[in-house]
Parts: sequence; structure tokens; C-alpha cells
Amino acid sequence: MRTSDLLRSALRNVRRSRLRTTLTVLALVVGASTLSLTTALGAGVSDYVTRQVDALGADDVLVVTAGSAQTGDGPVTYNPTRSTAAGGGAGLPGAGAAASLTDESVAALQRLSGLRDVRPVRSVALDYVQAGSSPRFELSLSPTGAVAQADLAAGRQLDAAGVADGIVLPQDHVAPLGFAGDAQAVGSEVTLAFTDLTGTQRQVPATVVGVSRSGLLSSGAAVGADFLDSLASQQDAGVGSPGRYPAATARFDPATADVAALKEEVGALGLQAQTIEDQLGVVTTVIAGITGILNAFAVVSLVAAAFGIVNTLLMSVQERTREIGLMKALGMAPRRIFALFSLEAGLIGLLGSVIGVALAAAAGTVISAALVAGPLSGLPGLTLLLFRPQAVVLVVVLIVVIAFLAGTLPARRAARQDPITALRYE
Amino acid sequence: MLTAMDEPTAVLEARHVHRWYGTGSARFHALDDVSLQVRAGESLAVVGKSGSGKSTLMHLLALLDSPDEGDLLVDGVATGDLPARQVQRLRNERFGFVFQQFFLNPAESVLENVVLPLTIAGVPAPARRERGMAVLERFGLADKARNRAIDLSGGQKQRAALSRALVGRPSVVFADEPTGNLDSATGAQVEEELFALNAEGITLVVVTHDEELAARCGRRVSVQDGRLSGGAAA
Repeated sequence: MRTSDLLRSALRNVRRSRLRTTLTVLALVVGASTLSLTTALGAGVSDYVTRQVDALGADDVLVVTAGSAQTGDGPVTYNPTRSTAAGGGAGLPGAGAAASLTDESVAALQRLSGLRDVRPVRSVALDYVQAGSSPRFELSLSPTGAVAQADLAAGRQLDAAGVADGIVLPQDHVAPLGFAGDAQAVGSEVTLAFTDLTGTQRQVPATVVGVSRSGLLSSGAAVGADFLDSLASQQDAGVGSPGRYPAATARFDPATADVAALKEEVGALGLQAQTIEDQLGVVTTVIAGITGILNAFAVVSLVAAAFGIVNTLLMSVQERTREIGLMKALGMAPRRIFALFSLEAGLIGLLGSVIGVALAAAAGTVISAALVAGPLSGLPGLTLLLFRPQAVVLVVVLIVVIAFLAGTLPARRAARQDPITALRYE
Repeated sequence: MLTAMDEPTAVLEARHVHRWYGTGSARFHALDDVSLQVRAGESLAVVGKSGSGKSTLMHLLALLDSPDEGDLLVDGVATGDLPARQVQRLRNERFGFVFQQFFLNPAESVLENVVLPLTIAGVPAPARRERGMAVLERFGLADKARNRAIDLSGGQKQRAALSRALVGRPSVVFADEPTGNLDSATGAQVEEELFALNAEGITLVVVTHDEELAARCGRRVSVQDGRLSGGAAA
């Protein structure tokens, strides 16, 4: 039998007992839509978190801390390039006992060939921000904002090399500062004010290059790296840097650099290097876990639906005993009979999954929009349910495969049927 | 196209065939040392009471079943060692079947039912249609080609089944009680058609307990308790 004839025959048989097929398909629709929704939820949340993670730093950034380079058990060996604030006693007030980087360790990092643009993280405490003669508002500057990818509402990212006077303003400051909108704010000038160590208040102009959405993990405004350094130096007011930093950021070339080797090189200096992904590993793991559990529930419903397919096709085989017997008597190979019933199962799977996925996409888009506009409006930029084409295709393929597998049992029974028994009357 | 009438070799042959059904004490000797030759172009009636083993004999001759002992030959070639696919091809290309219960698929059209052997053989749709219509024409069912098989009368159904048996241009047609489900008038019509086929050179094997139908065949064998008796020309 030709494949086209098999397909036509399978199509006809699927349509023959409409009620039964419809009910089986319905069970699959439930499974398919559940799976699509859970995958879309996972994708939506992951996408949101990924953008939040980007807000912490680009993927070519290493954050170096003085933390233990040893990951195993046992005591930490002494390393002179690393010192603790408690031991040095020269830490900033409130710096606590946390290990910090010294100028020497930063210099050692700068000598590493794989790293460039090594900068100690320095924090600057702003007094206020003002646009023209607008009211003054408090604003915090993110110490690592220069290496971050802001979740932009308007404008552009800070340049990797650093912007002399650029600032990415958080979205919630735009209207209070008197700008008509996000886009209008870009390109205008704001004034940043801070008090240096001598107690003098200084004012510095900054150009708005972008407007960022507020997120879970990003905080405050970001300024270019060079700009931040100059602000920090001015705040020190030449009194002398303590030469201790909580961390340093460095860039590497993700295309050529071996991250693991780089981490090891940094580790040899007695320091610890982490990519942004390392730092957020826990968060992504938790999200993957929750999505996985939801998907598992959806798959359970699909397995239940698969039993429905088995049942439907077994009944169909029973009803068509004579037809199968006749086809075998007339020389149809058992393999082809098997293919015929498997195809029917696959068609039922295709029908159920396509309808289910379409329903999920339609309902999900509405629900997602309603939730984001309502209860979840505090998370700007969130698409709760993200239907990715490849995920949708994957769901359809998965269900067709499950349906095929479910169809093998009845198909085998049909293929093994004895034509004589099937054709015997009475 | 059809096997020549004067071909001397046996188209079908059973050699010392045994067939048992069941196991243990319920074991039942359905065929006991049956040997039979069916010559090309002849018409053979296999008669016997129900349960005598005549249907089993037909199933074996038609390669629908395999014997527990003995050999079945087609054109002098033993079929016991043939691969399954070749046996399927043999049935598909060389044999035609007519059953008492017609076995038409009610969901399909008359034409689709009739061309089923060609569909199974993988003949392209246009050729199927052409050959199907030609054979329906012959049996006066051309105008019913598009009807659903369930809408035909009994005689029309059996003529459709005859068309299906003939569409693959077989050399042997097996007819299992072909007139059993028909009234005498339509039964006689179908009988005429069967013997017209035989006259064209198609070997006919008819299983029946209808004496009149058996009498029209060139030769009859009767099966009793799994053994053959008779075999002379009627």
C-alpha cells in the first residue's frame, strides 16, 4: 500500500467514529494546553530573570572577590596578597570583617593576559539628583552599573569602555524629574550632587544616555566606568584611598577566553572570580526546578491521555476485525497494517496537540496580559507566558511521539490478527 | 493476461496435508492426509457438511493458513519455505476471493472497495480507478461506483465482491459459499458470472454445500471428517 493511501485511509478512519475520536482528542487537548502553558510560564519567567541577570552584568564580565579560592574542605592557606579588614584594621567604617581586595591584588589582576579593563568596585554615595530646576531626589548609584546590561526602556547601554559623563536613569525618576517621557529624558542633562570627605558638597553634570526599567535585582542608576572612578576620586577628595575594595570587575573575551582557565588563574592569586551566571546560578536552578515540576504535571496528564488513545484504537481494532482480516487475506503486509494504526494514533496526537497548543496560546496571551496589567504590574517588562515557536513545535512533536507510542499496542494487535479467524462468519 | 486453459501443470497442489486445531484432549484433526491437485483453468467444487474441513482446505489452498504437515504448491513450487512477503504477493496478485458475507467496507465507496487489492499492491490511483471502473462496467455496477457499499442490495454487493476478486486479474478465484446469502434469482446471476470467468480461463475453487452449484463445476471433491473422497469429474 502506498504511503499516501495509508494516510488517506488513516484520516478516514479517524473521522469514522467522530464522538470517540473527539473525546480522545479532548483528553490530548487538555494535556497539550497544560504543557504549553507550563513551558510558556517557564520561558516567560526565565526570560524575565535572564534580563534581570543581565542587569547585573554582561556575559563578558568577571566579578573578582577576595573570597576563598579553595572550594574543598579544610582550612584556607595563608596568602599575603589577600588580607582581611580585621587583620589590616584600615577598613572603612562599616566595612566589617569581610575580606577585601588590595591595590596589589588589583595590579596582579591587571597583569593577567586574559583580562582587560580591570577596575576595583568603588561606591559613590550621591546626595541628590536634579534636572534643571526640578525638585531634588535621592538616587543611588550601582557600583557595578558600568558593566551591567540595563533592562532599557529607552536610550542605549553604557559603552563597555566607559562613558565620561553618561548616566542610565531608573524609569521611576523620569517623571518626577520633569521629563515628558522616557525618550525625552535621553540626551538631557541632570546634575548629580555628593559630599566629599572634607564635607564640601560638589555638583557634577551628567548626560542621560538611557532609561532603565526597575527590576528585581538592579538597583539605582548606572554611570560609565570612567565617570564612576572620577566621582569616587572626587568623593575621596584626595584624602587618600584606603586601597581596599570589596570586589573588582574585569572583562574577558567570551569568544576566545576559556572561562574555567581564567577562574583558575585568578584563583592562583588567592582570589575568586565568578561570572554573572555563577552568581545567579541558584536563582536559575530554582526556576528550572519549579518549571520542571509543572512540566511533570503536564506530562502526567499526557500519559493519561495516551491511555485514552490506546483504548480508542483497541476498540477500533476490535470493530474493524473483518476489515483487517480482509486486507491481510488480500495480501497486505502486517507491517503496513501496523503502520496504518500507528498513523491513526499519530493523527489523533497531531490533532489534539495542535488544538491544545492553539487554545493555550490564545488563552495564555489573554491571561498573561491581564496578570501583567493587574497583580503583577510591579514587575515591568515581564511577559508571564512566553510562547516560543520552537517550544510550541517541540510540544506538538512530543505529543505526536507519545501518541505513536500509545498506538503501537493496538497496532501490533491489528498486525498480528489471523485473517482466517477474522473472516470466519458467525 | 489470464492463465491459458490448456496449461497442463497443477496451479495449486496439496501433498499429504494435515491440519490440527486446538491442543490436548481438545485437539481436533481438521484435515487428515489430504492430497489434491487443482489444474489450471478447471472449476473445482469442494463440498461437505459444515465442520467437515472444507473451509480449512480452501484456506490452505489459498495460503491463508499453513499446514502442520505436508506441502502446498503453487505452480509446482512449494510455498512452505517462501518468505512471508512473497506469500502475501502471491495472494495479492494470483488469487481472488469471494466470501459468503461479501466483506465490503461500509464506510468506503463501491469503487474504493473494488480496487482494494490494487491499493494494497501499491498501484497508483489513476490506474486503480481505470481498472476498477472497467470491472464495475462488466458487472453492471458502473453507475454505483460512487455509492457507499452499504447502500447496495445483496446481489449488487456480491457483484461488487466479484469485481474486487477480479480487479487484480488473478489466475485463481476462491469462492466460499458465494451464493449462500442470496435469494435464488440473484444467486443464479452470481453463479452465471462465476462460470463466465471460468470460461475465460480463470481457475475456480468453489466451497459450497449447494448441490446445484457443485454440479455445475467441472469436478467435485467432497470432504468428510477431514478426509477427501471422490475427485471424479461430475
